[in-house]
Amino acid sequence: MMEPGLYHILFISAGLFFIGVYGFLTRRNLITMLMSIELILNSVNLNFIAFNKYLWPGKLDGLFFTIFIIAIAAAEAAVAIAIIINLYRTHRSIDVEDAEQLKY
Amino acid sequence: MTGSTFIFYMLAALTLVSGFLSVTSRQIFRAAIYLLFSLLGIAGLYFWMQYEFIAAVQIVVYVGGITVLIIFSIFLTQQAGELLAVQKAGRKLFAALASFCAFGITMLQVYQHSFINAADNNVMEASVTNIGTQMLSTTQGGYALPFELVSILLLAALIGCIVIAMRLKPVNQ
Repeated sequence: MMEPGLYHILFISAGLFFIGVYGFLTRRNLITMLMSIELILNSVNLNFIAFNKYLWPGKLDGLFFTIFIIAIAAAEAAVAIAIIINLYRTHRSIDVEDAEQLKY
Repeated sequence: MTGSTFIFYMLAALTLVSGFLSVTSRQIFRAAIYLLFSLLGIAGLYFWMQYEFIAAVQIVVYVGGITVLIIFSIFLTQQAGELLAVQKAGRKLFAALASFCAFGITMLQVYQHSFINAADNNVMEASVTNIGTQMLSTTQGGYALPFELVSILLLAALIGCIVIAMRLKPVNQ
């Protein structure tokens, strides 16, 4: 067990990112796909904070990127859930396989 | 092993294990709760890195806001006790293989790369005073313009959500 540093945090964030990618590829329910996207966005935030702390401690730029990503992710989640609920109202299902009207 | 190292590994395990459970659990409500613990683990990592403000924002926005929103939408759209459909084994295998290989390649690149520290040694403390001053500063390095843009984006999202979720009355009576 080594003293944790930048590489450890990069490992966690890469792991979380690809867990999110795995969930995004396997899930077919829109809400669980949204959860996977949240995991991916959080791994990116963790990366920004780690780089700010370990490589560029004299500035706070990574922290500001994280704040803006959190704000945009909140807006994205709200719009996505509005769309999902509207889809459920018209299709009675939130499975992506059932929402295929634009395909044909 | 010091206490700080121990706490770090505990938080890392909490984040990764509950993140993995949240994308594999077949009960959607449990998946949301595992997601909540994963986000809490990330907030703990921010505390561990001594970025207290961003950790507080993470807890307020993600744990208190987005997870609750997701749980509400689960209640609105799912039948009680219904399990998520099992995916085809081929699709699962392919997805696991693709993400694991991509993870391996990424970590290989990261470990081969040696990161260079910035030249200056002075540490700017991530206190609320420093963050607020720089956030609203219009001089070089200030973030006043993105701040205003994000406020417009949030307003647009607010109006957009209402318009999307609004039930239109039928025109012909």
